[in-house]
Amino acid sequence: MEIVERPYSSDELDAIEAAEIEALRKASREPYPDPIEWSEEDIERNVVISSVDHLIDWCRRFSVWPVNCGLACCAFEMIGLAASRFDISRFGMELFRASPRQADLLLVAGTLTWKMAPALKRIYDQMPEPKWVVAMGSCAISGGPFRDSYSVVNGVNLILPVDVYIPGCPPRPEALMHGLILLHQKISKETVLKKR
Amino acid sequence: MTEALSGEDVAKQIGERFPNAVTDFDETAVFIRGEDVLDVARFLKEAPGLEFDYLTSITAVDYSEHFEVVYHLTSIKNNHSIVLKVRCYDRDNPRLPSVVSLWQGADFQEREVYDLMGIAFDGHPNLKRIFLWHGFAGHPLRKDFQGNV
Repeated sequence: MEIVERPYSSDELDAIEAAEIEALRKASREPYPDPIEWSEEDIERNVVISSVDHLIDWCRRFSVWPVNCGLACCAFEMIGLAASRFDISRFGMELFRASPRQADLLLVAGTLTWKMAPALKRIYDQMPEPKWVVAMGSCAISGGPFRDSYSVVNGVNLILPVDVYIPGCPPRPEALMHGLILLHQKISKETVLKKR
Repeated sequence: MTEALSGEDVAKQIGERFPNAVTDFDETAVFIRGEDVLDVARFLKEAPGLEFDYLTSITAVDYSEHFEVVYHLTSIKNNHSIVLKVRCYDRDNPRLPSVVSLWQGADFQEREVYDLMGIAFDGHPNLKRIFLWHGFAGHPLRKDFQGNV
């Protein structure tokens, strides 16, 4: 077997990673606005496609597959939600995907550090449309107790547009379930014609 | 239960071999000079009766007027332990000899001390940041670090 020489040295890889992080930090001064077009009720809804919308939203709502993204201690509540006591398979969501390409929901469970941020952004970019983001726990919402830290992103919405925020430190699985039901309600009001 | 050796006993044993290395001792710890770290560590690892074959941890403390690097050593063979402390007074360029050649486990921990406290270890095979990214400004666990949020 031919041995391919690595294109970059480890120092060069470090420099590339650092440049990526710094670029993201520079670009992430303002939070993304929350996607709330759906709240403008049914004005934009066309009578002709409303039943199509209804069907498609119904399908999407009950097959939201989350991507496996537990960043910190909130992940345990997320795991608890997936396990038999709380059992999110009741919502058709039990398939935690290891690949973002097969997932619809990015459940950001835990503290996001700047070193992790480019990876999270990449996971989000790899997910196919339509996709939703849930910020779980105070760290993902605003940085939480680590807000003044040198290494923590002050809220996932600096990096990604967030659909549902679930407060708590960490939120109980019941709270998470409530947030996911809200997400279902949000999905049920979307229209297929409008690009998210 | 691992027996914590008294600093006085160990200081005496080190002092017989390296008369100038020990600067101070207390009940649990021995304070030694920075330039003697590698020699003393090798002595502690190899001397019969001591044989500290396991480095539990390396950490560092910022006392503002000096840094203190703390080595927790354990002997699995003899089931005893000691704490080795080294003070660095040069705040702008603190340097110590690396002990990676004696205990492989020191590799990542010295990198951590370098990353967060800014103490350089001479002779370390791969001394660069481990938690933060390349080019991060400053060393965040120093008392005079200003947050850059």
